[in-house]
Amino acid sequence: MKVKVIVTLKNGVLDPQGKAIQQTLNGMSFQNVSEVRQGKYFDIEVNESDESKAKTQVEEMCKKLLANLVIEDFKIL
Amino acid sequence: MKSSVIIFPGSNCDRDMDVALKKFGFKNQMVWHNDSEIPKSDLIVLPGGFSYGDYLRCGSIAGKSNIIKSVIDFANSGGLVLGICNGFQILTETGLLPGILQQNKYLNFICKNVFVKIKNKENKYFMNIKKDVLELHIAHNEGNYFCTKDELKSIEDNGQIAVTYCDHKGNDDEENNPNGALKNIAGIFNKKKNILGMMPHPERMIDPFLSGEDGSLFFKNLIGSL
Repeated sequence: MKVKVIVTLKNGVLDPQGKAIQQTLNGMSFQNVSEVRQGKYFDIEVNESDESKAKTQVEEMCKKLLANLVIEDFKIL
Repeated sequence: MKSSVIIFPGSNCDRDMDVALKKFGFKNQMVWHNDSEIPKSDLIVLPGGFSYGDYLRCGSIAGKSNIIKSVIDFANSGGLVLGICNGFQILTETGLLPGILQQNKYLNFICKNVFVKIKNKENKYFMNIKKDVLELHIAHNEGNYFCTKDELKSIEDNGQIAVTYCDHKGNDDEENNPNGALKNIAGIFNKKKNILGMMPHPERMIDPFLSGEDGSLFFKNLIGSL
């Protein structure tokens, strides 16, 4: 089955790319954009039919590799 | 004294490091990332570069490579492990050093000479260097050191800050911070001070004609302290 994961920077961690995107959007007349936080998205195909088992495995993958928990949070969709 | 430099796909400072180590008397050997054993060494170096194309996060894939288990075992048994630039990023990704190197604050790749202040000389890396400020070279896009408040307190309390960015007089203030690093941190130790990760490249400062020689002071001290 396919498991989707989003990795984002934790609140309070500086995101200079997000800031640059926000400023560009403001310059493109999207003045009401007050903040952009950039993240990563993963589509993971796991050869496992049990959904909860697959998600438990993906959670471990997130903790060990996909996210660096010093600065990032992850969410399994 | 024997040293080993680990080569990852995408390393590009491995041969410079080899030249520097041999120049100051190390018997150096190169070790491929896919090997699982490191020959007997007094020092292991993780060189600069772009291991695995900086995919996912800088150093994250190298941090799970075959050779890394041996590096971790060597480090945990007290062996000297030096990570320069991408090597520093790999050391944080393996968890051997706290924190992480984020993208530079102003999103620019920085390639220039900088001054760094030696903050702790009670270790083999800096013990007999008379100077307090060294001129070294940096070349990186992700050198913005970050860690949690608790980690920062812990590394400050344990004297784990090795070098900070400063001016030629040693002022390590915000004005002399090239990349946004927390507390101007350019390099840190683990608690035992046998592991050092730093962004500046001492191996690029070993020739009086091409660069400066402050990197020579680093290597001379290192081989002398072993």
